[in-house]
Amino acid sequence: MSLLTVSGIESWYGASQALFGVDLTVGEGEVVALMGRNGMGKTTTIRSICGLTPARKGRIVFSGSDITHQKSFRIARAGIGLVPEGRRCFANLDVSENLVATARPGQWTLDAVIELFPRLGERLSQSAATLSGGEQQMLAIGRALMTNPRLLILDEATEGLAPVVRDDIWRAVRSLKQSGLSILVVDKTLSELMPVADSCVVLEKGSTAWTGSPADLTAELQDRYLGV
Amino acid sequence: MSTSLVLEQLLNGVQFGVMLFLMAAGLTLIFGVMGLINLAHGSLYMIGALVCATVAAWTGSFWLGLAASLVGTAAAGALIEVAVIRRLYGRDHLDQVLATFALILILSEGARWLFGSFALYLDIPPVLSGSVELPGGVHYPLYRLAIIAAGLLVAVGLYLLISRTRLGMRIRAGESDREMIGALGVDIQMLYTIVFALGAALAGMAGAMVGALQSVQVGMGEPVLILAFVVIVIGGIGSVRGALVGALLVGIIDTMGRILLPQMLAAVIGPAKAAGIGAAIASMSIYVVMALVLALKPKGLFPAGT
Repeated sequence: MSLLTVSGIESWYGASQALFGVDLTVGEGEVVALMGRNGMGKTTTIRSICGLTPARKGRIVFSGSDITHQKSFRIARAGIGLVPEGRRCFANLDVSENLVATARPGQWTLDAVIELFPRLGERLSQSAATLSGGEQQMLAIGRALMTNPRLLILDEATEGLAPVVRDDIWRAVRSLKQSGLSILVVDKTLSELMPVADSCVVLEKGSTAWTGSPADLTAELQDRYLGV
Repeated sequence: MSTSLVLEQLLNGVQFGVMLFLMAAGLTLIFGVMGLINLAHGSLYMIGALVCATVAAWTGSFWLGLAASLVGTAAAGALIEVAVIRRLYGRDHLDQVLATFALILILSEGARWLFGSFALYLDIPPVLSGSVELPGGVHYPLYRLAIIAAGLLVAVGLYLLISRTRLGMRIRAGESDREMIGALGVDIQMLYTIVFALGAALAGMAGAMVGALQSVQVGMGEPVLILAFVVIVIGGIGSVRGALVGALLVGIIDTMGRILLPQMLAAVIGPAKAAGIGAAIASMSIYVVMALVLALKPKGLFPAGT
């Protein structure tokens, strides 16, 4: 059964149209990779799902409810946790406060997040602004997990990180998948993304160009849509 | 110049500073969290004083008046935020200044219509009347000491609220990234209404407490508003700690300057000229301090988030 269904959404930034018809579904416990070259609409799709850039056309259904025109805080409360591009940790809060400020009851507690990312446990009283990029990324994931979402959205979670830190993040993503959490993930590291994804959605010029399993995303398709 | 006079004026300065802090704390939170310049904050101070004076006159109890002013100004603040201010967040500061200036006119005329143009008077509650003897034999009014104590208690309470509670964390997080806090499930509009109502209640409390020291009348908030803006610029916009330090600094410098400068100048240029020149320099002094602070620390003494 699908947890999230995005049907033909079109979104604008002011007068500029960014999405021209995006379709995707994420099933319960499924990991879906949202792919495409830079500027093809991946982040806008995520922003539209989260209500930050609401879709003007099309429909977004989450857990059976139409959330297309819901406010972002209601969408988050419905069970969508966002790890945004650029991390966007609250720089004037410490690590513990970042995690606790927006937490909601559920299995993901402070202890559970620290178990997933032990480095955060060593820096609980440290200002988020002073963390390394990798630690900030862990914090952004932990912060989203502590809202106890049913769907976690990761937008470029490993971008700009050192290889050893990327490994930590991917290890966490695999662990989250094993726990049964649904994940929609945007990432450029295909070698890591493909093994963890159950299905792929490729965007081109703001609309869905291809959907299928990672095994079906041949080298020719990767060359055509992703430029690799 | 006696030690007792200096001590007395120092306490007057602290009391004035505490009153400014109550005004500035709300103003700095509203500006820091919402990015809103609220010129109507002085009107909330006036509403607090008018409500307190009116309810105290009806019931004969200052305390009921004070409670009514807290509830009344918080409610008025929430209503103003929902009806007007909410439409201004996405607009530039000039629009905010124009709209909140319009609010000053509306609230002042509304208050004149409801309460009349004549000044109202509010008595000091009997339990706080009289004076206490301080070291050095100075007799200082108990009510002014109570204002100082109440203001410092509010400062501690606000510090705990902002730094120790989840509401405080959300307020600070909203200051850092308002879109992101919404995307994590916090109703930012409700948060803004709460912050605005809290700021309004603090302004109302200041108005109510000062109402027993001076006449309560329409337009009493605007002169204090200007000083409150000076306070938040000195302290650092968005910083409650900065508002406290800035308010005490402004209160003490302004009060001490008005008393001490003419006396100090009298020794050099004679009492007649010193009275006029001293008063003029004293009235400029807080702006000079503000300029100095901005020259040395452009974001104020305690920028938000430090």
